[in-house]
Amino acid sequence: MAKYVLRSVALVYLFFLLVLPVGLIAWKTFDHGVGSFFDALTTPSALHAFQVTFEVALWAVTLNTVFGIGTAILLVRHEFPGKRILNAVIDLPLAVSPVVVGLALILVYGKFAPVGGWLEDRGIQIIFSTPGMVLATVFVSLPLVVRAIVPVLEEMGDEQEQAAHTLGAGGWQAFRRITVPGIRSALAYGIVLCLARALGEYGAVAVVSGRLVDKTQTLTLYVEERFQNFEQPSAFAAATALALIAIVSLLVTKLLQRKGSD
Amino acid sequence: MTTEILETTRTGTGPVRRRRTAAPTALGLGSAMIFLSLIVLIPLGAVVWKSAAHGPGAFWDDVTTPDAWAALKLTVVAALIVALINLVMGTLIAWVLVRDSFPGKAVLDTLIDLPFALPTIVAGLVLLELYGADSPLGINLAYSRIGVVVALLFVTLPFVVRTVQPVLLELDRDMEQAAASLGAGNWTIFRRIILPNLLPAMLSGTALAFTRAIAEFGSTVLISGNLPFKTQVAAVQIFGQIENDNTAGAAAVSTLLLAVAFVVLVALDLMQRWGSRRG
Repeated sequence: MAKYVLRSVALVYLFFLLVLPVGLIAWKTFDHGVGSFFDALTTPSALHAFQVTFEVALWAVTLNTVFGIGTAILLVRHEFPGKRILNAVIDLPLAVSPVVVGLALILVYGKFAPVGGWLEDRGIQIIFSTPGMVLATVFVSLPLVVRAIVPVLEEMGDEQEQAAHTLGAGGWQAFRRITVPGIRSALAYGIVLCLARALGEYGAVAVVSGRLVDKTQTLTLYVEERFQNFEQPSAFAAATALALIAIVSLLVTKLLQRKGSD
Repeated sequence: MTTEILETTRTGTGPVRRRRTAAPTALGLGSAMIFLSLIVLIPLGAVVWKSAAHGPGAFWDDVTTPDAWAALKLTVVAALIVALINLVMGTLIAWVLVRDSFPGKAVLDTLIDLPFALPTIVAGLVLLELYGADSPLGINLAYSRIGVVVALLFVTLPFVVRTVQPVLLELDRDMEQAAASLGAGNWTIFRRIILPNLLPAMLSGTALAFTRAIAEFGSTVLISGNLPFKTQVAAVQIFGQIENDNTAGAAAVSTLLLAVAFVVLVALDLMQRWGSRRG
């Protein structure tokens, strides 16, 4: 009896909080057919938003992957003073509000800030353009790759790497032939998480991009702008596209997790 | 790159091999620190610096302007409510996912992570469609504080479920069977055997949900309508201040939010260490 009560409570809660809202948006989008969904997504503004989103996300994922692999190896394989502090600082971005991330970057890289002003004089604009959006996206997705790799590196141990070294492998060769294959699925998992977060970031990018339509407008900003301007079909089409990306990345991470645990 | 020196050190328990790679370590550590400093540490430092630049009096004035104070109060109260609901519902959902079985359970288990994958603005949009003025259910929560709470419940859903679930899976059922054979009822077993084991995970999930809730921006933007003194949360208030070029005011409220998150995370860390010492 208690079992069915608990099950019902959980299902009702999840149905109204999760399943129904997400189902409703898909239904609203495809209500007028798949054709109008694609029409709404292929307007010049929407295509531009796609382009900006992918450009920023690719930069952010690349930077975070390089940083993530390097830092994970440092944390697991090396000893140095201040290791615990570094470990704690990496998780910091998860606790910072996206709006605060944006403000923080403006205070350093904005036109009227010392660093931003110096760069501006040399013709480099950070805030209200792509570099600032990349910085904001890197900030919010910083821990994802590191945290995905660290446990696997720890579990793997360094015996195989040591063996490779005794057999005459250089640092790079051992990394490429031993370390990378060992962490492959964890790395893929981290990259997918990072990519999903980068494509979907809203708050931090809203602050640093200046929300210039057809210039620095990402897909999430496009959704908000169209919705506020009562262009519901465009907003819903883009929102559904983002939701589909989220669902695909969710399924990929589940597959990679299963593969990693085998 | 073959400057590595293999070093064998002997401790009380046996040989421990430790690789010293002085030059690559320094280079790697230096690059990592520069990257972290440029993107995270210096900018966050600038926020705290900005809020403190004119002394504690000015800071206090900035966070106690009527709209900032109202936003902070709403944020903390809403986050506490959301954390408590998550504590109960998250544990209950984790329980059902681990101990119960019904058709579609695997799909539901996968769906739990959707709020983390879904962009926050999309989450806000879908909730506004379902619980807004045109609600097909006839429930209008738009521009209300309950709407804010619902949005926060959506984005924080996975925290408690995902911290409690693995602990529940590992839990030894022999203890429960032993308790039952000694005549303990379901409630007694839950209270005396299961709850003490789950409590650290429940509390850490709740703390994470709380820090996420006080920081949340995207999902609350649309459903709250950003009415100052009524539904405006702190992150949205900060956003408005940035748009109005009042970066000092925005920095002060931001610093307070950072401080609250920091205190909660330190408390969580201490709790976990205390828990692992006991366990």
